[in-house]
Amino acid sequence: MNRTEREAAVRRLLEQRPPQVPVELYDDVVRRGERVLRRRTAARRVMWLVLFAAAVAFTVWALTVRPWVEPPSQTTPPVSGW
Amino acid sequence: MRERQVSRGARRAREFEAFVAGAAGRLLHAATLLTAEAPDDNPRARRLLTLALAHTYACWDRLRGEDPYDRTRRHLATRFAREAWHRRGGPGRTRRRPPGTLASLAPQERLVVVLRLYEGVAEEQAAALLGLPADRVRVLCDRAIAALTHPAGRPAPAVRGTEVASS
Repeated sequence: MNRTEREAAVRRLLEQRPPQVPVELYDDVVRRGERVLRRRTAARRVMWLVLFAAAVAFTVWALTVRPWVEPPSQTTPPVSGW
Repeated sequence: MRERQVSRGARRAREFEAFVAGAAGRLLHAATLLTAEAPDDNPRARRLLTLALAHTYACWDRLRGEDPYDRTRRHLATRFAREAWHRRGGPGRTRRRPPGTLASLAPQERLVVVLRLYEGVAEEQAAALLGLPADRVRVLCDRAIAALTHPAGRPAPAVRGTEVASS
């Protein structure tokens, strides 16, 4: 038996006795698929929420602390009236 | 806006249902061959197929012309490979012999046989899918074919190797 014949024999063997597709398969699939989609939506929402909260927190911090303003000098007293 | 979304959802559901109706039988057969279960008692194969189809359902809108059947098959194969890898050294090593057609083969040989011969996937594609070199896929396929066509008394690996090389 050469290679092609053997492959054909194995193919015939594989095609034997196909299983019955259960009727509830489709509903199961849709239920699980919907769950995956819902989870993805929730994860996306949480991500945006965290991003938004971080942006707001940064803005509030920046406006209260004002890190770009030069801090008052601690060593030299302010010179005035000369 | 809402109406358009609803109608898109309905069309999507119709399309997906048609896809499942057409593909589920063949995919379930492939999954049952993979898990080497009996055709009328295949909980593991059903679970594999349900998960793979649910994954396809979840990314149905983002397929962009890709073949959903191919997508599902790939997901099925990788999931089976991962499961087989994890249960390889699991605690329940006292396994009874499964009753399916390919029960005499190792999980990886089953994967190769199903992909190459039952599904007709090209050797390079099967190799890329399984993360193996193409030569390895050919060797696994030859070995599995030899084991299936001469089921009585599988010869020793070394003898089988020379036999494959000479033929």
